[in-house]
Amino acid sequence: MDSPPMDTPPMDTPPMDTPHVPLLDVQDLTVEFATRRGPVRAVRRVSLSIARGETLGVVGESGSGKSVTSYAVMRILDRAGRIAEGSIAFSGVPLRELGEGEMQDIRGREISMIFQNPRAALNPIRTVGRQIADVLLRHGQATRANARAKAIEALEQVRIARAAERYDAYPFELSGGMCQRIVIALALACRPRLLIADEPTTGLDVTTQKAVMDLVSELTRARGMSTLLITHDLGLAAAYCDRVVVMQQGEVVESAASHSIFRAPQHAYTRRLMRATPRPGARLRDLLPEGGAVPEPVATAPAAAPDAPPLLEVSSLVKEYPRAGAAGLLTRWLKRGAPPAPFRAVDGISFTIRRGESLGLVGESGCGKSTTSMMLMRLLDPSSGSIRFLGQEIGAMPARGFAASPLRRRIQMVFQDPTDSLNPRLTAARAIADPILRMGEARGAALRARIDELADLVGLPRALLHRFPHQLSGGQKARVGIARAIALNPDLVILDEPTAALDVSVQAVVLNLLQDLKLRLGMSYLFVSHDLHVVRLLCDRVIVMRQGRIVEEGSAEQVLEAPRADYTRELIAAIPHPPI
Amino acid sequence: MAETPALPAEAPSPLAALLRHARHVVAGNPVTALAFLLFLLLLLCAVLGPVLAPHDPLASDTTRALAAPSARHPFGTDHLGRDILSRVVVAARLDMGIAIFSVALVFLLGGLAGVAAGFFGGWTDRIVGRLADTIMAFPLFVLAMGIVAALGNTVTNIVIATAIVNFPLYARIARAEAAVRREAGYVQAARLTGNGEIRVLLTTILPNILPIMAVQMSLTMGYAILNAAGLSFIGLGVKPPTPEWGIMVAEGASYIVSGEWWVALFPGLALMLAVFTFNLLGDGLRDIVDPQRRS
Repeated sequence: MDSPPMDTPPMDTPPMDTPHVPLLDVQDLTVEFATRRGPVRAVRRVSLSIARGETLGVVGESGSGKSVTSYAVMRILDRAGRIAEGSIAFSGVPLRELGEGEMQDIRGREISMIFQNPRAALNPIRTVGRQIADVLLRHGQATRANARAKAIEALEQVRIARAAERYDAYPFELSGGMCQRIVIALALACRPRLLIADEPTTGLDVTTQKAVMDLVSELTRARGMSTLLITHDLGLAAAYCDRVVVMQQGEVVESAASHSIFRAPQHAYTRRLMRATPRPGARLRDLLPEGGAVPEPVATAPAAAPDAPPLLEVSSLVKEYPRAGAAGLLTRWLKRGAPPAPFRAVDGISFTIRRGESLGLVGESGCGKSTTSMMLMRLLDPSSGSIRFLGQEIGAMPARGFAASPLRRRIQMVFQDPTDSLNPRLTAARAIADPILRMGEARGAALRARIDELADLVGLPRALLHRFPHQLSGGQKARVGIARAIALNPDLVILDEPTAALDVSVQAVVLNLLQDLKLRLGMSYLFVSHDLHVVRLLCDRVIVMRQGRIVEEGSAEQVLEAPRADYTRELIAAIPHPPI
Repeated sequence: MAETPALPAEAPSPLAALLRHARHVVAGNPVTALAFLLFLLLLLCAVLGPVLAPHDPLASDTTRALAAPSARHPFGTDHLGRDILSRVVVAARLDMGIAIFSVALVFLLGGLAGVAAGFFGGWTDRIVGRLADTIMAFPLFVLAMGIVAALGNTVTNIVIATAIVNFPLYARIARAEAAVRREAGYVQAARLTGNGEIRVLLTTILPNILPIMAVQMSLTMGYAILNAAGLSFIGLGVKPPTPEWGIMVAEGASYIVSGEWWVALFPGLALMLAVFTFNLLGDGLRDIVDPQRRS
């Protein structure tokens, strides 16, 4: 498995300040993992360097080796992995030759790291202030007497409002964005010279992402630190990095200054990645690779007459949850006070979906969009309001018994996480067959024929049908989930962030597939997402939700081009995209 | 679940796939192979015990009482001159039988109650939880003694007592595992595909917690054997002259002081071997049942 010679120009020569030794210099790094089938090279002859004060972006899809590269630099590869070849120099010190003890001094003090899931990086049973104070004390940055004051100061630096109060907060009391800021405060506490940020904002809302990234870039600039930003998001890399390295399957395919890489990408893979990224002005077909098979134009199912009754009609839908403390009868009797007003996750929303229409439901986490889709799906009972589907009031039918309703097969869902939504004990074929076995008629040969047909329809190779979910890739699992949802030709399919867990190139293919299926089968979609650019590609109309209410509703173009609500404007401004 | 097999024609038969996978797991972990061999040995004794035994386990011969191990009696003889090897081999059926039946019973009762508690929550959860707490409030062996003493001194009652004593363990594990999976994506998906709640519980949740339960079964199997032997040791349950490891250890205990160590040692070793085997088996079983490990 020798890597072929690279077809890119020699890289990593900083334009002007060549006399300087780069802060981090990685040459010909190769990392191997021992597996059941012999060693696998996850990273092959990767070279990159970061100058002082520079922000380098490492961009690639899952499996490209971008995280493994950073783990190798930090020497925190898991037991099966080892650095097979190459050198890593940190301000001239060869890190490969250091002992574990010396390496521990470097980690945290010289190089620190922030990870994807901030909540997992914090100790759940210690207050965040104490955690920062611990780090300051351990590295001699504070004394017992002033640790609290210094920790509060650190919290203020990462823009935690009311820092003195938040010192005593536990991680679960803070939002994801605030937790990430705490993690940043911890990472920067010892004033390291290099910060490695591995997907620091994946899983955060776009507005939070912007706040966190702005903070990181401001703090690192103020302290003259260098940053290695690992991300799958080209837009993020373009917005925050000086230089970008693109990785594919363990190799660096392109490396250039970020303004030039997005204007004139050299490598075919970079171009493909750029094309697949949803951006303003791009249409759905534009996301697919150039020169690929153009999907044949499909016969568009006739649109319903505008005056026909809507497929789904939701009015004044409300979901309330009791607040903590309102629970026990005894407590309420003892306290004698009125119980606190219940929390309204969904607060009186109304909308309609016509036959053959796609409606986008956009909002950030906690806005009530998932609760809404669960209620429409009849997995959750609404507190009040009505849901009329195909002329029947389904909101009043209890969720528990809805599985037996004849309407169950008419309304289906594609879940957010393709891995989590497939039963690990069922093969792909069995998963697709499940709705047919429960609610359809086909059995035996007819069932097998239908499964094959569905597999063809969603582009899943038939040979993969007898595999278990863990033997399939993310995109293949997404296809299984889609095939299961459309197995009985439902009228309405709710797509709950169906591409959130997928790479951009896979996302492009899946979005196109969904569009083709809609046209061919005449289904309606409710597309739930946090990303307006993705929603726009597939939807005619868009609803923007915030705190359980609808703040804006209109055609996709109008909402994106001329938003009326301030919140929508904020949302659109926060989405980073490559400057094209 | 009846329709599961009839699926794609090109898929290998599930049994063949399982065997291939089992071979892979066993090859990767020799300890598992050892555990399976020991298990087969125990099973062989249990099934063919009376045929394998060189002597009649009940025939006493006072002229040969308390004979030391020899070529004729490899494990020696007891105070009535019965061949200990034969008795140890024949006893496997009774001890294993008690263990297997009691574990199967508790797996059904405790597993189902626990899964239902975790899945439905509310009152089901409260009732099952309090029941488990009540049982846990007693010293388990004393509780087992009490149950056997109250219900009567039979093998069936030993099985029931052992099952009841193990109930909280199964119920709690099943409850915790079911509660985690209750809102999992694939469980929601199963609801969407038209499965009613009971069906989701039985066909989606239960199979997914089987790997964890399998390990538990194997571990408690060892405990069940000890429990049955312990009850017999103190004179409850199996009555002499039926060969049973617990009674044999009890009978032999008084002779250790006078130098006839073999009377108690060999049944004790058999007991230890059985418990050891089941504990080892637990890990191997988990690897085989877990679909994640299949590739």
